[in-house]
Parts: sequence; structure tokens; C-alpha cells
Amino acid sequence: MIACRKMFTDTLLELARKDKDIIAVTTDARGSVTLGDYATALPQQFVECGIAEQDAVGISAGLAHSGKKVFCCGPACFYVARSLEQVKVDLAYSENPVTILGVSGGVAYGALGATHHSLHDIAVLRTFPGMTICLPSDWRVTRKLVNTLVDFQQPCYVRVGRAAVPDVYADDNFDFEVGKAITVLDGSDLTIIATGETVYHAWQAGLQLKAQGISARVLDCSWLKPFDEAAIRRAAAETGRIITVEEHSQYGGLGAMVCETLSENPVPVRIIGIPDENVVHGSNTEIFHHYGLDAAGIVKKTLDFIGK
Amino acid sequence: MDTKQLQLIAEQNRKRLVEVVYAAKAGHIGGDLSCLNVMTALYFHVMNGLDPKDPKAPLRDRFVLSKGHCVESLYVTLEAKGYLKPEVLDTLGQFGSILSGHPTIEVPGIEVNSGALGHGLSIGVGMAIAAKMDQQPWRTYVMMGDGEQGEGSIYEAAMAANRYHLDNLVAIIDRNHLQISGNTEDVMPIDNIHDRWTAFGWDVILMNGDSMDDIIRTFDNIDYNNGKPHLLVSDTTKGKGVSFMEGIAKWHHGVLNAEQCDAAVAEIQQRIDALKS
Repeated sequence: MIACRKMFTDTLLELARKDKDIIAVTTDARGSVTLGDYATALPQQFVECGIAEQDAVGISAGLAHSGKKVFCCGPACFYVARSLEQVKVDLAYSENPVTILGVSGGVAYGALGATHHSLHDIAVLRTFPGMTICLPSDWRVTRKLVNTLVDFQQPCYVRVGRAAVPDVYADDNFDFEVGKAITVLDGSDLTIIATGETVYHAWQAGLQLKAQGISARVLDCSWLKPFDEAAIRRAAAETGRIITVEEHSQYGGLGAMVCETLSENPVPVRIIGIPDENVVHGSNTEIFHHYGLDAAGIVKKTLDFIGK
Repeated sequence: MDTKQLQLIAEQNRKRLVEVVYAAKAGHIGGDLSCLNVMTALYFHVMNGLDPKDPKAPLRDRFVLSKGHCVESLYVTLEAKGYLKPEVLDTLGQFGSILSGHPTIEVPGIEVNSGALGHGLSIGVGMAIAAKMDQQPWRTYVMMGDGEQGEGSIYEAAMAANRYHLDNLVAIIDRNHLQISGNTEDVMPIDNIHDRWTAFGWDVILMNGDSMDDIIRTFDNIDYNNGKPHLLVSDTTKGKGVSFMEGIAKWHHGVLNAEQCDAAVAEIQQRIDALKS
């Protein structure tokens, strides 16, 4: 169990020691991002912008335009709201291949409230041409992702949480390919598709359902753009029903993407996400439980969905 | 290149600008005209390493047009410099043209897409930091508008440029005193630019942007080793060089009719002829 943000920055430091063009940019967030070790070890490859997200994204664009491999890091909630226009124009539209590392995304800040939540990021960013989006499910996926992004030629938004997350993968022996979903559990009665930290809960739910005689396929859809439409269509054709799970508004995110993908050949889809309301106050875990994003909730909603 | 030669290029660019904006029936001609002298000086006197055959030459100086709505001025300058073929510029305003109403990287010589105000200086700061990191000699020039100074993100970038001692960065404010709704001082007062930017730690230099002599003298005297980012407050006239447009806010994005176009071209042509004689 390792926090994805820590694995991200540890891997980045390891790579940056060997490549002086790797630059980390942040906004008085080296602590919350876990960039302290990086900043100390490589001050010449570290740009502190102060609390100024718009400036940080613009500076990142200028650095990338000049050949640097830029990772602009800070709380997800601010980068996809305060500096959204810079992400749209300076990164996506201008084709500057900066990675935005949004930490403590979704409801990871828990009781700090909606100012610090980012439940709209997928819905908004996926509409920017040229933008890519990945919500890694555990630290092994995160490590593979960082290695991929160092020489990636497109801007990418990466959202990770705050706390350590349980392992989804026992070792590195799995294929991680840009835009491809990973089958975590195979099954034939229905498919549960999840992204980010909800993948672990979906997997656990799949195992619990299996014990009850329900064969659930579980897909890790860390990559949301590019989106593995083929895997979604295959799941629909082979299992006939889909449940989506996301730490995101139930509007415009993974669930909506699955429905769009299947709109010409639909199967029943149940979307589990955050409803259109001000999020209940509580810890990350409590919020997950309240909205049924944890394994117990997913199992309960699955049984309801399939009429058992 | 001497001042007279630069004045001639500027007037030829001015004439071309009027013609293409008239043909396109769109453009921000008032601000185009006010910043055109400085833009001409940048591309024909100030910036180093420019090569139209290699627009991405690694050691080129960079230019960011933060006041992106004045792209027509950049287009005519790029054409004069050899980046754009005349048949391409003639497509301005046509469906499917590579030329948008704001800068895009589809156009050779344009570094970044711009047009949402308040973005360019941060991008320029990033470029200047990169040059410092790599100990490269190239410099970055960012052109902003005076109305644009209302965007708060500019002051985030101003702080960062001071923090990183970016004496390889030159920002220019095209101080033409008018924005779309009228006088800048009526919309949102900014006429303490000198004190404001000095307080941010910048090397602030006042310049008459309507005078090629003063433009050249000012750029030639920038101290690129003083540890401070440079701000040129370029005092200009909106609509400069077309008498009936000068100082009139409605020409922010006014569209010329045929008579106005002919009149504008005629007076510019007189100056061209005088400069050639």
C-alpha cells in the first residue's frame, strides 16, 4: 500500500537525476505533492511558482515549448478550475506536452469541503482536443505511467488521491498501454468498469460477487482519454450489463463515456458516482461509503441492478 | 538596418495591413496599427537568430503576442520577413484558411496560440527560465496590451519573472490608451504602470512607440545583464498612421469600407514614397 502521489514523485526524482530536462513545477505545494525530496535533491530542475496556478501552467507551457519535460504538480481542484483556461489554451490548444499532476483529487480532501474537491475534471478536460487523461489505480500503475509520460508528446492530466491505496496488482507483470483498459477480473454475467482509486473497490466487489455466484468482469479504466472503446464494446457484447464506478460527478465522466460508446448498440448501464449535490461532509472513506463507491456499496448496487 | 529603412518597412507593413484587413472584413486594426512599429523593429532589428527557412531554430529569440487579437499586425510582419507567402496572407478571413483571428501555431513563425488575454507573460517567463537553465543566449519578447493589464494572471507572472531574475525577458505594453469600451483610465485605471511594475522588481523603461528612432534607441540600450526583467511601456496612438482612425476607440475592431481603405492606403503610400525618395 503506497500513496500514488508518493510513487509518482519518487519515480520522477529517479528519472530526473538522469535527465536534466525533466522539470517539476509547483505552486507552494511541494509538501502536499510530496515533492520535498525532489526540490532538495534537484533545485535546478525545480520551479516554485508560489500560489499561482495560472502562472504555473503558463510557465510550464513555456518550459515545454523550450524542450523541457515538464510536470506541473499541485492540488487537482485548483489546476482544473483556477487555471483551466491555461490548460485549454497554453497546453492543449498550443500542443505543449506538459503533464499536470493533480494530487488529492476527487474527494480525497474529504472534510475540507467542495472548494477542495475535483469532481468535474474528467467531464471538462476530455472535451479539450489533444488532452489526455489518466487516473492510475495503484502505485504500480502510477510508476509505469510516469515512465511513459517522461517522453510523452501530448499534454496529460493525471489525477491521484492523497492517502495510500491498496494494491490492485501483485506484481509488475501486467500490460500498461496508453489508452488501454486492463482486465482485473474476468467474468461473464456483467462488467464493472472503474477508474482511479475506485478500481480497488470494484475488484473487491467483483470478488465478493463471485462468492455469491455472480461472475463479474472488472476493468481498470485508468486511461480515460484515449478511451478503450473496444474493451467497453467487448464487455457489453460478452456480459450484457455494465456498472461504472467513479470518484467524479455522475455527469460527464466514466459512466457517460461508457453510455456514449454504447449508444448505437446499448446495454443496460448503471452509473455509480457522486450525485448532483453538495458533497456530504466527512472523510474520504466516509464519503466513498455514503455514495456507495466502496466494495460494499458496489455489491449492493450491483445486486439491485441485476434484480437479486 | 537604419531607422529610415525600418520606417519604410513599417509603412509597407501598415499598407499591407490595411489592405488585408479590408479584404477580410475583420480584424483589430486600431491595436494592429499602434503596435506595428514595435513589431517591425523586433523582427527587423532587435531579435536574433530568426530564420524563415527554419522557424524553430533552437537559438532564435522568441516572440509571444499576448495581445493576440492584434494578430494581423504579426501576419504582415511575418510576411515581410519571409515566413508567410503573400498567397497565404491573402486567405485571411476565408473559410479553411490557416490564418485565424488570433495567433495559432499552424502559422510558421508563431510560437504559441494566444488570444485569451493574460497568458503570454507566464509563457514568456517559462521560456526565459528554460534559456537560463540551459545557459542559452536567446531572449524572449512578450507584447501585451494596455487593456490587457486588467488580467490578474499578468501579476503572477510579474512576480515570477522577478523571482527568477529574468533579464533575458522583455515585456512590452502597447500603451495606446484605448480599449474596446473607451479610455483605459475610464474602464479601469492603470496609469501608474511605471510605479506598479517597478514595485514588482522590474526594470521599467518608457518609450515612444510611435517613433522608430526612440524604439531603436530604447531596445539598443536594454541592459540584458542587470538581473531584472525588462518592461517597455510603449506609448502609442491607437490607429497610428491612418489619420481618421487615430485615437478613436471604435477602430478597435472597426471594419473599413472601400473609400476608407483607399484613403488609408493613399496616405500611407505618400509616406512610403517620401521614405523612398
